[in-house]
Amino acid sequence: MAQTLSSDARVPALVLDGITCTFPARGNARDMYTAVRAASLTVQDGEFVSLVGPTGCGKSTLLNVAAGLLAPTQGEVRVFGARLSGLNRVAGYLFQADALFPWRTALDNVTAGLEFRGVARAEAQHLGMEWLKRVGLAAHASKYPHELSGGMRKRVALAQTWILGPRMLLMDEPFSALDVQTRQLMENELLGLWSQDRRCVLFVTHDLEEAIALSDRVVVLSAGPKSHPIEAFRVDLPRPRDVQEIALHPRFVEVHAAIWRALKQEVLKANERADP
Amino acid sequence: MSAPTPEYAGASSRARAMWPWHLLLLAVVVGAWQVLTSIEVLPPFFFGQPLQVGRRILEWLITGKIFPHLGVTLLETLLAFVIGTALGLGAGLWLGLSPLAARLLDPYITAVNSMPRVILAPIFAVWFGLGIWSKVLLGVTLVFFIVFFSVYHGVREVSPVVLANARMLGASRRQLLRHVFLPSATAWVFASLHASVGMAFVGAVVGEYLGSARGVGYLILQAEGVFDINTVFAGVIVLTLSALVLDRLVSVLERRLLTWRPVAAEAASQS
Repeated sequence: MAQTLSSDARVPALVLDGITCTFPARGNARDMYTAVRAASLTVQDGEFVSLVGPTGCGKSTLLNVAAGLLAPTQGEVRVFGARLSGLNRVAGYLFQADALFPWRTALDNVTAGLEFRGVARAEAQHLGMEWLKRVGLAAHASKYPHELSGGMRKRVALAQTWILGPRMLLMDEPFSALDVQTRQLMENELLGLWSQDRRCVLFVTHDLEEAIALSDRVVVLSAGPKSHPIEAFRVDLPRPRDVQEIALHPRFVEVHAAIWRALKQEVLKANERADP
Repeated sequence: MSAPTPEYAGASSRARAMWPWHLLLLAVVVGAWQVLTSIEVLPPFFFGQPLQVGRRILEWLITGKIFPHLGVTLLETLLAFVIGTALGLGAGLWLGLSPLAARLLDPYITAVNSMPRVILAPIFAVWFGLGIWSKVLLGVTLVFFIVFFSVYHGVREVSPVVLANARMLGASRRQLLRHVFLPSATAWVFASLHASVGMAFVGAVVGEYLGSARGVGYLILQAEGVFDINTVFAGVIVLTLSALVLDRLVSVLERRLLTWRPVAAEAASQS
């Protein structure tokens, strides 16, 4: 890693600069599909930003570009001032689908990243247990993922990512597969963890309420293809927040109405394109 | 078989209810065989007689004559199984992860796999003599391809999300191999394990049958030479029982090693 990462607070944590992603279209390799075109986005250090947009608008594509899992066709990514090439080593990624190692127990899943970094086993196990306690799963340390519920698996995944102390968190609809109650619990847990050290977060979701309840800023993407951010909204709601209570806040309703006006146009466009 | 999983408990209680019927079916078939050969509807010279077969097996067990032969056959099976599995796993991972090598070798793999490999036995006998290694090698060629193909196809089916997660958690290429591909591969190896144990056994016995100085296959060959059909049947039954025991051992091993897998019990009951 020859990157020098700035710790200057004025340097943005993440800059997506004119990102375009083009793929060969499904079925026909000659047609090209442009998922994202000329998308630019800046996330400050310590800021919680949500990306919302209609289905298929390239939210996950942008997130994968920020993670370095996907190289953009055009444009550049800067992480704390340094140009990104290859994987984004300072980022933790929380996936939408189950990403735990099915052959590892909850504890061994949490300590996987430490193991990859060569941390001594005893120390890794100690830290891992602490994190399992923090997400309320100390009693389930030796269970395998298939023995845990969906919410528990998400908690293990949170601990697995967070234990490495990433400077930046990328989340791809991490709670979308959970039922409403579990989901709200997890959102509060996420806010609790986040408020302890305020890493910068880029959170992708299609759920506007979730986006507003969690974020400092909500960015609306246009309908795909060739999608790009069209408008950003600051969420000036007080913290600490409780996702259920904050939804009753009068300001929440105003912000929701404002963002929905912008989002609705795009959702309608996306629907028109979906059924030709 | 400690602690059967709930869905499996149902199956085993069904099996428990069935076993008297299993025994009855066996008794009817063996009884018919004995009666038909006693009244000489079937000539005992060609068909043997269950009582004689049983007597022969008992005699083998009491004198201990069978054990060195059975020991040799099982040793050959075990070696063929272990070596074939290790080579198949290694080659499957290698070709699964390097598409260039896979494209280069593809036609040859298909060719070697479609060849009836039992025909290699005489060549192995010439190369390695009549000792155990010519049989082991025959078994290896049979086992290798079963394991190889299941690992080779399995590598392509590693969950891309788990793979991306491992990379984001900082796994190097080598760590991906050790912590993602290898554990996944173990599951695919186990899926083919029952078939490969059987094949290792086939390699050992066929090898012995075609030329050897020891082993159960050799005993059968000797008995056949003097038209002692009862001893041939006795050998076949000893082999069958051994194969059943090996299969059971694989199931136990599988359940031990694949505790992380919700479908381990299912995989064990396949094949």
